Amino acid sequence: MPDAFIYDHVRTPRGRGRPDGSLHEVTSVELLTQVLQALRDRNGLDTALLDDVVVGCAQPVGEQGGVIARGALLNAGYAQSVAGQQVHRFCASGLEAVNNVAAQVMTGMSKAGIGGGVESMSRTFMGADSGAWAADPRVAIHNYFAPQGIGADMIATIDGFTRTDVDSYAAESQKRAAKSWDDGNFARSVVPVTDVMGEILLDHDEHRRPSTTVESLSTLKPAFPAMGAMGFEAVAIARYPEIEALNHVHTGGNSSGIVDGSGAVLVGSKAFGEAAGLKPRAKIRGWASIGSEPTIMLTAPAIVTAKALKNVGMTKEDIDLWELNEAFASVVLRFMRVMDVDPATVNVAGGAIALGHPLGATGAMIMGTVLDELERRDLNTALVTLCAGNGLGTATIIERV
Amino acid sequence: MRHVSIEIGQDGFAVLTMDNADESMNLVSESWLAEMDQAIAELTKNAAVRGVILTSAKKAFMAGADLKLLVQGFGRLTRREAFGFSQRATKMHRAIETGGKPWVAVLNGLALGGGFELALAAHYRILVDDPKAVVGLPEVNVGLLPGSGGTQRLLRIAGVKTALDLLLSGRAVGPAEALKLKIVNEVVPAASLMERARTWLASGPDAVKPWDKKGFALPETRGLLNPEAAGMFSVASGGISKLGRNLKAPSAILSTVFEGVQLPFDKALAVESKYFANLLTDPVARNIIRSTFLSKAAAEKGARRPAGVAKSVVRKLGVLGAGMMGAGIALVSAVAGMEVILIDRDQETAEKGRGYSAKVLAKDVEKGRRVQADADAILARIMPTDSFAKLEGCDLIVEAVFEDTAIKAETTRKAEAVIPPGAVFATNTSTLPITQLAKASERPDQFIGLHFFSPVERMGLVEIIMGKQTSKETLAKGIDFIAQLRKTPIVVNDSRGFYTSRVFQTLIHEGAAMLAEGVPPAVIENAAKAGGLPVGPLALLDELSFDLPLKIVDQAIAEEGDTYSVPAGVAVLRHMRDEVGRGGRKAGGGFYDYPAGGKKSLWPGLAKIYPPKTGYDVEELTQRLLYTQALETVRCLDEGVLETVEDADLGSIYGWGFPTWTGGTISYIDTIGVDAFVREADRLAQLYGARFAPSASLRAKAARGESFYGQAKAAEHSCAA
Repeated sequence: MPDAFIYDHVRTPRGRGRPDGSLHEVTSVELLTQVLQALRDRNGLDTALLDDVVVGCAQPVGEQGGVIARGALLNAGYAQSVAGQQVHRFCASGLEAVNNVAAQVMTGMSKAGIGGGVESMSRTFMGADSGAWAADPRVAIHNYFAPQGIGADMIATIDGFTRTDVDSYAAESQKRAAKSWDDGNFARSVVPVTDVMGEILLDHDEHRRPSTTVESLSTLKPAFPAMGAMGFEAVAIARYPEIEALNHVHTGGNSSGIVDGSGAVLVGSKAFGEAAGLKPRAKIRGWASIGSEPTIMLTAPAIVTAKALKNVGMTKEDIDLWELNEAFASVVLRFMRVMDVDPATVNVAGGAIALGHPLGATGAMIMGTVLDELERRDLNTALVTLCAGNGLGTATIIERV
Repeated sequence: MRHVSIEIGQDGFAVLTMDNADESMNLVSESWLAEMDQAIAELTKNAAVRGVILTSAKKAFMAGADLKLLVQGFGRLTRREAFGFSQRATKMHRAIETGGKPWVAVLNGLALGGGFELALAAHYRILVDDPKAVVGLPEVNVGLLPGSGGTQRLLRIAGVKTALDLLLSGRAVGPAEALKLKIVNEVVPAASLMERARTWLASGPDAVKPWDKKGFALPETRGLLNPEAAGMFSVASGGISKLGRNLKAPSAILSTVFEGVQLPFDKALAVESKYFANLLTDPVARNIIRSTFLSKAAAEKGARRPAGVAKSVVRKLGVLGAGMMGAGIALVSAVAGMEVILIDRDQETAEKGRGYSAKVLAKDVEKGRRVQADADAILARIMPTDSFAKLEGCDLIVEAVFEDTAIKAETTRKAEAVIPPGAVFATNTSTLPITQLAKASERPDQFIGLHFFSPVERMGLVEIIMGKQTSKETLAKGIDFIAQLRKTPIVVNDSRGFYTSRVFQTLIHEGAAMLAEGVPPAVIENAAKAGGLPVGPLALLDELSFDLPLKIVDQAIAEEGDTYSVPAGVAVLRHMRDEVGRGGRKAGGGFYDYPAGGKKSLWPGLAKIYPPKTGYDVEELTQRLLYTQALETVRCLDEGVLETVEDADLGSIYGWGFPTWTGGTISYIDTIGVDAFVREADRLAQLYGARFAPSASLRAKAARGESFYGQAKAAEHSCAA
């Protein structure tokens, strides 16, 4: 079976996902276009060598609909022979897109492709694609649907994480992200986004609040009590009767930020690298996707990690760095507790609490981030994982070559 | 035609008047439907008719469907037949709507359920300006949904949000709100109803409904393509768990609205009928209708009243003891128009008891539920005193003094010295045997137990307890008195804890026993709520304080010795009260902490005393909490404490909140099926002890393939979910 190698990756900076965010004027297809162009240009890539561009998107409606991958690759000037598809696995979409390309390469059906993701949350708001899982009464009632914020507070309640626990984690995320930017560690992979005149709109992650402390976080109001009162606390208790009452610890400060952004990873076989004159940076060892209990929704990472490790015959001791999307602080705290891993090896460059989480793009972005960190620290292996809507979760293991 | 009549005027406007020949109310029934079909066909065909005024000769426009008919859905109708039943009325309404002639519904009085559905089928609705003329679709309260177009017309007229509010709450609205919500078009005085109807018909109105015109759409018609609608349905779906997941009507209503709004009208009507059919053929609707409407109404009408005893009226009532119960009984009696003598050991205590009424009445006035003059008159009927002499001329006495045989005996003697020889003496005890208390009476045949529930003004049930010597006449008078109070009577025979207190004890002890087994306390409470119980057993114990159940147990041990089987939870209660010093809320805390000004929460120390285990089965915990009560109820029937299954069901629902979806403790067994219930009870008995062992009578019933209510067994009409 051919190996699937990562040759390069880039991402946009993450713009605040609001009308006052720097990337709000940029369409989703343009965000993706610029990422595809950057990846091509910095590698001198003949795009006719690519078989497919697979793009994750968690709200694939409106301007993000209609197979945005194909629209963007044509817009970027790629060869028209390159196929395009869009995948949706909620927040794990971007990582699933990379896995999809790797699978094509490993089966020999493709030589190379790009796996990436895009999400302009300021333009296509969360919930725009709704779906039966959350809104068709028959489905939502039967499956005990509750919004993700309720799931995050459920984890904190069941595991006993306090407000200080989650805020401390959030403050650390901000600290690590600040250090990464200060030290220039993101410079290699972040490509500025330009406007229609070609001028730079944004060249840094603008959601960050580097001065954040546990004290400053402690003043924020919990985000999800109102949702709980609407009936979702009753849903949570009906599913988890050990909960007496929800402990609402999550706020805007210890949850992932709403941002705009796009990322892309170039994946190909050995033969592709030789043809394109590129050196592989890492190998995709393998991956897994699972479904877990959908009401708490966000506890898949530890479970899917175990499956991914098993799939490739590794143990957790074989992993040097862990990259787990910071959907909410309690998600990471639960993961670290269950996996019993050293917090110093988890999300070393900071995560979505500080940097933001452009839903469908994040998976591709954080795979790139952890690869950069492996190289910078001269380590070998990393596992990237995300929790996703309706109890889904995906994990991918990479190894430097 | 017996129930409807047609009169065609010179102006070409026909008046179709509904006047049920058999009942005091217009009701949806088979014969009425047939006549309506015929009338509509005639009016549609008759070229001389230009428009139709639909009204009623009764005080109300129409009260809805005949519940005696609907209760027969489960076990008798297949889903397909129930669908047909719904479609029959649906098609009748549709014929009104699409006949090409304008129809105006003149709502001369209340229009509820099927009655309001009929009105919604008309092209225009005029409601009489009378606060009693309420309109609404309360079907959710009987476990059903409006099944002849009500959900679909309401949402298209009032919008999805308003429709969901009205349909899920089942609340009726008065004329002003109905007009505001646009579910009626006009509100006018009774005298001008017909004139306004003719004026509207004469104005050349459009006889085609908006939804029968091309291009009709609501924002929600686009379904989940409309994210705002998606968000609303998502939140509404979450709200269903708050209403209780055992109730099937709310989720069916929500789906009917969600799916129906996206469909063309006739398809939407068919979907509504399908969801209706599922509900009508489900035992939950049968249970709710049978117990909370039919059995309740029958009890209030005197189902248990002995025949041949002349009707009695209490004009003057004596209440002995002005504590919480006495004060409450005085209040409800004064509200019912009785003159009340409220006695306690001194004037001040008696006044305090009357003060309770003053407080409640003031709140009623403040909330607009009562006018000041009314409140004043009620309060003036309560005379607080310490003088037994004032009891002269009382028709009935309710004794509500401290639960102590000697004190009660003395009070009985003092009262009987004054009251007329024919007066009934009732004791409001919840624990002491009536026959024993009657020993203090010179006229034990006129001595009876009337067990009120607290708070008296809010709890509708009264458990009437017959002593060994209580006469038929006394029972009849007791029931007449309860009827004056507009409360629901059940009649039981004397025994420890009678019926309600006795079975309630099994619930709280089972909860305490689970704690000893290592079930986490929150799980115990939530398992109870998952079954539909309003409050968990540990919270109930805290409110009750552990003294009361322990006192009952101690007394039973003293009287019965080894033959008494001590409830499984007793050790926990004793340990908590005597060793830990937490004997309930009044003792400063029990299973819960009660922070001043804050919300109560489970006491964290419980985990140390009763280390929580994992691996419990929540469904089985729920099952145990319900089964133990059902089994004890059967024992009450076996022992003759209970005489009817209706009393059993009503007492459980209204006495201590046994969930309505079950229909009560006995209907619950029928719903499961006696045979299946016995098998499960045997299994639980093996695991948890003899308290779950079914009685011989229950086994025999299972063996005979019978049910308590004597209907076809549920298993024979399997309803796939």
